[in-house]
Amino acid sequence: MKKITNSFKMALPSKSINESFSRVVCAAFVSLADPTVEEISDIKTAVSEAVTNCIVHAYEEKNGIIYISADLFDDNTVRIKIRDKGVGIPDIPKALTPLFTTAGDDRSGLGFTVMESFTDKLTVKSVPEKGTTVTLVKKLHRK
Amino acid sequence: MPVLIKSLNKEFTAFLSGEIDHHSAPRIREKIDSHLNREKPERLILDFSGVSFMDSSGVGLVMGRYKNALQLNCSTCVCGLRERDLRIMKMSGLEKLVEFR
Repeated sequence: MKKITNSFKMALPSKSINESFSRVVCAAFVSLADPTVEEISDIKTAVSEAVTNCIVHAYEEKNGIIYISADLFDDNTVRIKIRDKGVGIPDIPKALTPLFTTAGDDRSGLGFTVMESFTDKLTVKSVPEKGTTVTLVKKLHRK
Repeated sequence: MPVLIKSLNKEFTAFLSGEIDHHSAPRIREKIDSHLNREKPERLILDFSGVSFMDSSGVGLVMGRYKNALQLNCSTCVCGLRERDLRIMKMSGLEKLVEFR
């Protein structure tokens, strides 16, 4: 049974300026485990996608709170949870399909594809009208 | 997120820099589109050499500019992408439509 060695939690308003803030905070937290530069970049990209989804989809560019928590484990894995209390995802498999998007305006429909690609495990739990939790897990290899 | 634009002989280059995400993309998009519509070039080059971070918003930015340029009979080329950003771009299949160099 692996043990949590460190963790943090934060809650922040769903403003697009917080996309960069969230990914930098998660990168700083993960850097405590001495990962490679590439792994830090992977975490930044995946977190940026998840937080953008909260802003664009869950809260539809309106006010809401995004909850981010992260745990580092003694086997050098990191688990990051990004949670919202937004509209929820009615059809998760469809949302996970590459290039599928419900948003116009130059959205690529690649958010979940990128998250999957840059982490080891992606879990999406969602209840319509209640919210969504995205969990990203990544194994870090010491430099 | 500044965008520097240079126009020469119907070739129009947008030098992007800094971080491209959902927050910064609209300003970049507006600047490129307004020049595109005004100058009607034959070739649009998006230079990513100065980009330090990009998520899938960068893909959306290229997809959207490609579509707009196409309507003006203008071809699109993307250059200066870091390896990981090229990987994100290729997830979209954009390399079939846009020249990457």
